[in-house]
Amino acid sequence: MTPEQSIPDHLLSILVRDEPRVLTRITALFGRRGYNIKSLSVGTTEHPGVSRMTIVVSGDRGVVEQAIRQLEKLHDVVKIIDHSLEKYVDRELVLVKVAINPDTRVEVRQIAEDFRSRIVDVGRHALTFEVTGDEGKITAFVEQLRPFGILETMRTGRIALTRGSNADIPGHVYHSGETQALHPTLPAEPREERAREVPNMF
Amino acid sequence: MNGARALWATLASHGISTVFGYPGGAIMPVYDALTFYPEVRHVLTRHEQGAAHAAEGWAKATGELGVCMATSGPGATNLVTGLADAMLDSVPLLAITGNVASHLMGTDAFQEADITGITLPITKHNYVVRDVAELPRVVAEAIRIARSGRPGPVLVDIPKDIQLAAYHGEIPAPQARPEAPAPSSEAIARARELLRGARKPVLMVGGGSLDAAAEITALARAWDMPVITTLMGLGTFPASDPLWLGMPGMHGSVAANRAISEADVLLGIGLRFDDRVTGRVSGFAPQAAIIHVDLDAAEIGKIVRTHVPVRGDAALAARALAQEAQPPPRAEWHAQLRDWQARTETPAHWGAGYAVKAVVERLHPDDLLSSDVGQHQMLAAQLARFEKPRRWINSGGLGTMGFGLPAAIGAGMAEPGVRSVVIAGDGGFQMTAQELATLKMYDIRNVKICIINNSYLGMVRQWQELFHEKRYSEVWLGDSNPDFLKLADAYDVPGYRARTAEELPGAIAAWLADPKSALLEVVVPHEHGVFPMVPAGAALSEMIETEPARPGAPTPEASEA
Ligand SMILES: Cc1ncc(C[n+]2csc(CCOP(=O)(O)OP(=O)(O)O)c2C)c(N)n1
Repeated sequence: MTPEQSIPDHLLSILVRDEPRVLTRITALFGRRGYNIKSLSVGTTEHPGVSRMTIVVSGDRGVVEQAIRQLEKLHDVVKIIDHSLEKYVDRELVLVKVAINPDTRVEVRQIAEDFRSRIVDVGRHALTFEVTGDEGKITAFVEQLRPFGILETMRTGRIALTRGSNADIPGHVYHSGETQALHPTLPAEPREERAREVPNMF
Repeated sequence: MNGARALWATLASHGISTVFGYPGGAIMPVYDALTFYPEVRHVLTRHEQGAAHAAEGWAKATGELGVCMATSGPGATNLVTGLADAMLDSVPLLAITGNVASHLMGTDAFQEADITGITLPITKHNYVVRDVAELPRVVAEAIRIARSGRPGPVLVDIPKDIQLAAYHGEIPAPQARPEAPAPSSEAIARARELLRGARKPVLMVGGGSLDAAAEITALARAWDMPVITTLMGLGTFPASDPLWLGMPGMHGSVAANRAISEADVLLGIGLRFDDRVTGRVSGFAPQAAIIHVDLDAAEIGKIVRTHVPVRGDAALAARALAQEAQPPPRAEWHAQLRDWQARTETPAHWGAGYAVKAVVERLHPDDLLSSDVGQHQMLAAQLARFEKPRRWINSGGLGTMGFGLPAAIGAGMAEPGVRSVVIAGDGGFQMTAQELATLKMYDIRNVKICIINNSYLGMVRQWQELFHEKRYSEVWLGDSNPDFLKLADAYDVPGYRARTAEELPGAIAAWLADPKSALLEVVVPHEHGVFPMVPAGAALSEMIETEPARPGAPTPEASEA
């Protein structure tokens, strides 16, 4: 799936100092301003003391830009990568527990194989599968199994990395240099309800 | 040396001369250590909110860091209003709180409150110190964060055991402020291009421009453009200059609001387009291309559509923009502006506006003028004529009643040689009136308190009059107000009173001439409105310019207090 198709969901990676309350600070910022977090994954990174969050936010471009600029002000935020601006890989892990009976057992296993899913638990009346993949693959897998009766699912939320070597990683690096949020190639976007025709523009 | 002494040593090394605070169990080691640091003066207020606002008053007057301090739990939560106020007005403030011992934190121990959790959304950053070895470094970093970029409040919470633990490290020296970011030359070039084509430009400056007054003034003159100063920006451009149009927004001047509504280019510097400034956003500067200069990238494009975003320091941007100024002839625009300026009414009849005007007319340009929150605040903002920045000490963003007196004390202590005048309402004054004790305790002589007593929570009453069919709900104070002169006398503060226009000049003169801090109560008619007014939700162009006639306005039954 190309990043374009995922709009208006925006995938952000946020590198943060691993300090107490840092997760609260970030989520409180989103919550207070009414930006909806659709998924959130947090883990450690290759740098001690730095954690990485992948956040999926929904909203138009203006909402996301404003969110980025607000995040940029947090002392704990080291770097923000807006994946919609670059090529990236993203994955999600899901556990799906699906009901089976002697008639459906083989068919369910076959679907799982087609998706290269692994069985992680076998019961008399249910099988639990593990799938990793991008959002589209996981959604397709879940949809295939739905008719058999899904008992439980748990998704981890998306995680993402930019393609290419680290040297290529774009992003806004804070507390050391100038923000790119206002780079002339990225003029401030109006929120939709505020947009209006203005004479005298360039 | 223990952690508490390391704290004072760090504050002293950073040049902190005055701290406003209030002791308690969880901060006792810090108060004990204070006795070893005579170079730092501690001012005991009568409430932690007073300490926070006094520190703000200090910071607003000087532009330097204000410092306040409180114990855990109830002491810390009493700072909350001041922190929120400092956050919204971008005031550099350091708050130090004690907390219960580390092992008790999170156990609902006596006087424990999760103050870092509570203040998370109203501080620029906050810390809990978990290791004494970190304490001086954290305090130094907190000071740097509070002062750098867009200033704001930072809280450092120190558990009691950390205050008592032995510290063997160095005391950090203050770091130089990071250099102010310069605007990009492309952005400046685009802004200049717009200004060259502008027939009806307006320059609007806010609190972020206070330290760029000279550059702003030069910029306005170079481009021959009128200047509007927001509530937070009053004084950034001299009121005596004919290019000054006054304040914009809900209680802005006719000229300012009309100019915004008609402008073809609006250059905003160091302001955040607060809703009290813009009115209905879709009706704000409907014909203007907007150039927005701000240090804080998050402010640009947040509220209004910005055509030329300029991120950078106000002074550097103003200086850059003033270069190569080529203003086209704008005689028509100036004629129009003069016409609007002439519509500024001066309060001719006895009332709150008349009284406020009489007081502010007697001020010297160096005098500090604080206000509390309400009608008197808007009247003071409309009627005072500021020639310099950082003379107007006011709670803009949060609109905090109770701000005025402690802020005037803080500002007055920062500049003991200058008069620190505060105008308050009879409502707001009573929220922090106990700070009269602070005046007495430190024998502060330069604070002049003026209470505009209309026996009402006037601003709320005005809204009830206009928008709730005069159902005056819970705004009458007249029966229960104290005798303000007796109250002042109880604290050894001399009092003066005026009830009529005739009494007023003499009372003002005696009040200002008193060698001590003094209180003047001006008893004014109960029902007076502040106009012009833009009703909430309306566009600036829908401003009500003058007070509507009030045939037989109702008075409450007990109106003769
Ligand atoms: C702490 C706080 N509580 C409530 C308000 C709401 N409020 C705004 S103005 C006002 C009335 C102020 O009355 P007063 O101090 O008598 O001044 P006046 O408007 O009469 O000049 C009130 C209650 C506020 N701004 N701050």
